[in-house]
Amino acid sequence: MDNESQYSGYSYKSGHSRSSRKHRDRRERHRSKSRDGTRGDKSVTIQAPGEPLLDNESTRGDERDDNWGETTTVVTGTSEHSISHDDLTRITKDMEDSAHLDCSRHLGVALGVALALLAFLTPLAFLLLPQLLWREELEPCGTPCEGLFISVAFKLLILLLGSWALFFRRPKAFFPRVFVFRALLMVLVFLLVVSYWLFYGVRILDSRDRNYRGVVQFAVSLVDALLFVHYLAVVLLELRQLQPQFTLKAVRSADGASRFYNVGHLSIQRAAVWILENYYHDFPVYNPALLNLPKSVLSKKMSGFKVYSLGEENSTNNSTGQSRAVIAAAARRRDNSHNEFYYEEAEHERRVRKRRARLVVAVEEAFTHIKRLQEEDQKNPREIMDPREAAQAIFASMARAMQKYLRTTKQQPYHTMESILQHLEFCITHDMTPKAFLERYLTAGPTIQYHKDRWLAKQWTLVSEEPVTNGLKDGVVFVLKRQDFSLVVSTKKIPFFKLSEEFVDPKSHKFIMRLQSETSV
Amino acid sequence: AGTGGAGTAFVPGQPVTAVVQRIEIHKLRQGDNLILGFSIGGGIDQDPTQNPFSEDKTDKGIYVTRVTQGGPAEVAGLQIGDKIMQVNGWDMTMVTHDQARKRLTKRNEEVVRLLVTRQSLQKAVQQSMMS
Repeated sequence: MDNESQYSGYSYKSGHSRSSRKHRDRRERHRSKSRDGTRGDKSVTIQAPGEPLLDNESTRGDERDDNWGETTTVVTGTSEHSISHDDLTRITKDMEDSAHLDCSRHLGVALGVALALLAFLTPLAFLLLPQLLWREELEPCGTPCEGLFISVAFKLLILLLGSWALFFRRPKAFFPRVFVFRALLMVLVFLLVVSYWLFYGVRILDSRDRNYRGVVQFAVSLVDALLFVHYLAVVLLELRQLQPQFTLKAVRSADGASRFYNVGHLSIQRAAVWILENYYHDFPVYNPALLNLPKSVLSKKMSGFKVYSLGEENSTNNSTGQSRAVIAAAARRRDNSHNEFYYEEAEHERRVRKRRARLVVAVEEAFTHIKRLQEEDQKNPREIMDPREAAQAIFASMARAMQKYLRTTKQQPYHTMESILQHLEFCITHDMTPKAFLERYLTAGPTIQYHKDRWLAKQWTLVSEEPVTNGLKDGVVFVLKRQDFSLVVSTKKIPFFKLSEEFVDPKSHKFIMRLQSETSV
Repeated sequence: AGTGGAGTAFVPGQPVTAVVQRIEIHKLRQGDNLILGFSIGGGIDQDPTQNPFSEDKTDKGIYVTRVTQGGPAEVAGLQIGDKIMQVNGWDMTMVTHDQARKRLTKRNEEVVRLLVTRQSLQKAVQQSMMS
């Protein structure tokens, strides 16, 4: 893993003074340490011959640096951040690994299932109980009853299919609070069934009603009511949120990547889940290595000022006064950090393009070495390869260019050698061109593209000032937190459009030459 | 009758012949500008069929469309409907509208000498030749 820190040190070397290199090396080592703790075991480690020279150079630079005094007075946000990042990743990994014992969620599911069974079996019970208990006394009921039996059967079947379609789905998220509409529906169904049972018990069971046709109609009315409740469920749970009413803007706090989404009427927690579903395939993956300005650019701001207090005895407002004086002086002092930043960015861009060109050429060339076996080719069975072997055969020629490119764009934690080989095998199997193979590496893709274990986090925290079961309104802001970044979501109402009509007769499109222009002299 | 000039009609490839009148206009200074007191229309980049003054509707020459009352042009004898053939020696029969404007409004010229033609001139010459 030392190789990683040395490479990054080399890439920042151009155009920087020696005093700032210590910052960089320290920061690189912090970063590599944090990576070691959690993910370092899977990085690409192909050693190419020329590299050891670079290692020697960068370590020598460290020893030559003798302005160490300057660095100790600087408050560096970056180095603190990387330490706490390390701790946090360890802590949260423990949290995620522990098993979720949430009785409340299973309770909810069990309750729903029980209620559904009760509702489903009640009409059957209504029909069967008279037959079982006082069959002899029942009036015979001919054709109308049979028709009603058939309708009950089919309506129950439709109800079953509808419930299966609507409710029998793997839940996509655990909501922090009760899902209001679903709870409402369950209460409604419960009340319905209970009231039907009450009436049934009082009017029919107790009095042993002989009119079987009435009983059957009673059961049919319950099934109808249940079908209407199912309709209500469809409207409340599925249809109401479809028509767009709000535009949500989701901004990632770490690097400012933002997207806009249109949603309908949703509660805050459902809107949060919607945003998360779209986050995983819309936002480019969060790369902590790409975040900060190099410390060499920012470090010159505060250093070099010492504050002397001349005869002041009261120490109450000294600190704030001093820091304000330092800030004001630093702002007034002419600094060229923007210059450094600009040139460093330009240099980095050029380097990335160079490596990219090399990578594209290497991959194109590698792909010309294999071709699909046609039936008419007569080949030795020993020379025929399956995709995995073909991938391994051509991987070696592009490996170095790929590794260098990933290092320059700081993507190397995201792609292990195994994953690259798998992707290569996949592309070869499906006859993809080198460009199609490379699209995965040339642009940072969405999070869901990368391997599940590393980047797909399941634990998100919803932070909101309003209760999360409230509906969305104009101006609502909520935050979805992960341990190293958060998504800030703000709501805006879609404006009401006043559309007016204007009729244009197609025959009214007529043209003339421009009138002679007249100029007065 | 047969010796009348070709008029102002333009035959491609043949030199244009016309009966012209010399008009000398002294520019009037108005504030920062030197004005002549008339308006021009026409040019090779304009639509010749819109010209109300031309006899031949394919004539893309420069015509006088308005003459301000009491202005230097009226004083010098310029009339509405005149076709300007030359300005200070520069040809105006084959110029764009903007080129014509520029040739008339040069800031360092106080006097412009125009050669203009009109149909009444042609008729006058014909009458005088007949009589």
